[in-house]
Amino acid sequence: MLAKLFSGDFPRSRVLAALLLVILFSLACAPFLTTGARMLNVAATICIFIVLAASYDLLLGYTGIVSFAHTMFYGIGAYGVGLALNSIAANWWAVFAGVIAALLLSLALALVIGLFSLRVKAIFFAMITLAVASAFAVLASQLSDFTGGEDGRSFTVPEILHPDFRLFDAEVFGRVIDGKLITYYLVFCSALVLFLLMLRIVNSPFGRVLQAIRENDFRAEALGYRTAIYRTIGNCLAALIATLAGALMTLWLRYVGPATFLSFEVMTDVLLIVVIGGMGTLYGAVIGATLLILAQNYLHALMGQTSAALSGIPWLSMLFHPDRWLLWLGVLFVLSVYFFPSGIVGRLRRSARPA
Amino acid sequence: MPNAMPNTTPAAADASALLRRVPIDYLPLLILPLLALLALPLVGSFPTWVTLTIAGLAMGMMIFIMASGLTLIFGLMDVLNFGHGAFVSIGAFTATLVLLPMKDWVQADSLLLNLLALGLAVLLAMTVTGLLGWAFERIIIRPVYGLHLKQILITMGGMIVAEQMIHVIWGVEQIPLPMPETFRGVLIVGDAAVEKYRLIAVGIGLAVFAIMFLVLNRTKIGLLIRAGVENGEMVEALGYRIRRLFVGVFIAGSALAGLGGVLWGLYKETLTAAIGSETTVLVFIVIIIGGLGSVGGCFIGALLVALVTNYAGFLAPKVALVSNILLMVAILLWRPQGLYSVAKR
Repeated sequence: MLAKLFSGDFPRSRVLAALLLVILFSLACAPFLTTGARMLNVAATICIFIVLAASYDLLLGYTGIVSFAHTMFYGIGAYGVGLALNSIAANWWAVFAGVIAALLLSLALALVIGLFSLRVKAIFFAMITLAVASAFAVLASQLSDFTGGEDGRSFTVPEILHPDFRLFDAEVFGRVIDGKLITYYLVFCSALVLFLLMLRIVNSPFGRVLQAIRENDFRAEALGYRTAIYRTIGNCLAALIATLAGALMTLWLRYVGPATFLSFEVMTDVLLIVVIGGMGTLYGAVIGATLLILAQNYLHALMGQTSAALSGIPWLSMLFHPDRWLLWLGVLFVLSVYFFPSGIVGRLRRSARPA
Repeated sequence: MPNAMPNTTPAAADASALLRRVPIDYLPLLILPLLALLALPLVGSFPTWVTLTIAGLAMGMMIFIMASGLTLIFGLMDVLNFGHGAFVSIGAFTATLVLLPMKDWVQADSLLLNLLALGLAVLLAMTVTGLLGWAFERIIIRPVYGLHLKQILITMGGMIVAEQMIHVIWGVEQIPLPMPETFRGVLIVGDAAVEKYRLIAVGIGLAVFAIMFLVLNRTKIGLLIRAGVENGEMVEALGYRIRRLFVGVFIAGSALAGLGGVLWGLYKETLTAAIGSETTVLVFIVIIIGGLGSVGGCFIGALLVALVTNYAGFLAPKVALVSNILLMVAILLWRPQGLYSVAKR
C-alpha cells in the first residue's frame, strides 16, 4: 500500500524520512497548530512551492534541461483562474473554465517551445525560454485592459472559499472552520495529490527514460528512444503541473499580478529550491521549498538583529541588511552547485548509506 | 573569411589553391537595408524614418558591444555565461564613480573635457569589469568546463550574488548617471532630429566592430581565436595553450560588457542593479539570431533587433512588446542555427 502510494521511491534515509514526516505533519495540521494568518500563509506558500519546484525538478533534475519559462506557466495558471473569476462570475464554473483554458494555453506553448528548441542543446533551450518568458511578463504587465497591468487584478472567489464563509457555527479544535481554512485544505490536498502523481511519473518507465536522457542522451537515442519526443513530453508535463500550482496560488491569494507570478524572482526562488534541496529527487523540492520559504519569512528578522548588532561597521552591517538575504542564498546556491550537486537530500542519503 | 596565412612555400601555395574558397554568405547582410527600405513607406515621413533608423542603429551598436563578448566566449570555449549581465551592471555603476565626482568636467560646455570624463569612466569601467571577468573565470567557471547544466546554474548564481553586491556597495536607490553636457540635445539634419548621443554611440559601436574585425582577421591572435572556435582540439594539438587564449577572450568580453554598460547607462540616465539582467534577454536574442559564436552574425543580429524594435515601437506599440521574439522565430524558421552558424553544436 505504502509502496504503491510512494511508487516505490522511499526517502531512503532515516533523517530525511523524519524531516519529511515533520513537514507533512506540520503542513497537514498548520491551521490547528497556529493561529496567525501569516503562519497559515507561509504554510500554503510552502505547499504550492513544493509542487512548483517539484515540477521544475522534472525538467532540471530528471531530464537535465534548464528552462527559464517555468514561472510563465505558473503565471498562466494564475492569470487563467484570476481573469476568469474576475470577468465571468465568482463560481466554480469560472474556476473550472479558467483552469482548462490555462492548461490548454500552457500545453500549446510548451509544445511549441519544446518542438522548436529541444532538438538542440540544453543551452539553446535555456536562452529561448528566458526570452519567451520575459516577453510574456512584459505582455502581462502592458496589456493592462485585459490583465490589470502592474497592479494585477483581485477578485472574489467562490463562496465556500471566502473568508467570511462558515461551515459550522461551532468551533472545531478551537478553530472556526471558515473559508480560509477550506481553501488551505484545498491547496494542501491538491499539492499532496500532485506531488504523489509526480512521484508516480518519475518512477514509471517514462521517468526512467527521462533519466536516461539526462545521463547520456546519445545512448538513449541509440537504444531507440526518440529523445526529442520524450523531452517535449516531459516539458509539457512540467508546464501543466506548474499551471495547476499557479491556479492554486491565485485561489489562495485571491489576487493575480505580474510581480507575484511572473517576475524573475519567482524563477530564482524555484532554482534555489531545487538546487539546494537536491536535483533529481522530488523530496529535494519538499526540503528546499520549506527551507527557502521559511528563510524568506523569518531570516529577515534574524538578519535584522545581526545587522543592528553590527551597525558600527558600515560594510558588514550592509552585508547583513535584512533585504540582502538573497545574497546569502545566492552564495549558498553557488556553493551547493559546486560541493553538493545532489543537494541536501543527496547528502542525507549518502550519509545514510555507509560506503 | 579571407585567407590570413601568408603563402611562403610553393607547396603551401598549391595546397591553398586546392582549397576551394568558401563563398561569403551575403544574404543576411541584405536583410538590414531591405528592412530599412521596407519600413520607409510604412513610417511615411522621411525625417521620422531617419530619426528612427539612427535611434535603432545606436541601440543596436550598444547591444552589439554587450553581446559580442558573450558570443565569442561561447564560440571559443562552449561556455555560456548567464552572468554576463552582471558585468554590464557593474560597468555602468563603476562609471558613476568617475562621472559623479567629476561634475565640473561633465557639466562643462567643452567637448574635450566631456570626452575626457567619459574616456576616464570607460577606462575605469573596462578595467574593473576586465579584472572581475578574470576572477569570475578562475573562481566560478573554471571548475565547470564542459558541464552545460552546471555552467548555467553557477553563472546564474554568480549573477544573483553580483546584483546583490551592487545593492550592498551602491545602495538600493536608483542612481542618476549624468550625461556630459555637449552630448545632450539634438542635431537637426535637414528635417530630421537626431540625438547627439546616439551618433556618438553609433561611432563607438562601429569603432569596436572595426577593431574586433581587424584583430580577428588580421592578427595571429585573431587567427588562433577563429581556429579555436572552429576546432579547439586541433589548435591545442598544434601546441597553443587555448586556455590562456580563452582567459584573454573572457577578460576582453567582460570589459566589452562593461563598456556596453556605461553606454547603456548613459542612454537610460538612471541606474538600477537590474540593468544587466534586463539587457541579458536582449543579448541572448541577439546571439541566437546571429548564430552562437559568430561575431558578424552578432553585429547584424543586434542591428536587426534594435531596428525592428524601433520601427515596431513607432508603427504598432503593442506589437513592439513581442517584436524581438517574433523576429527570433522568423529568423530561426529560415535558419535554425542562426544567421551564421559557426560550429556544429
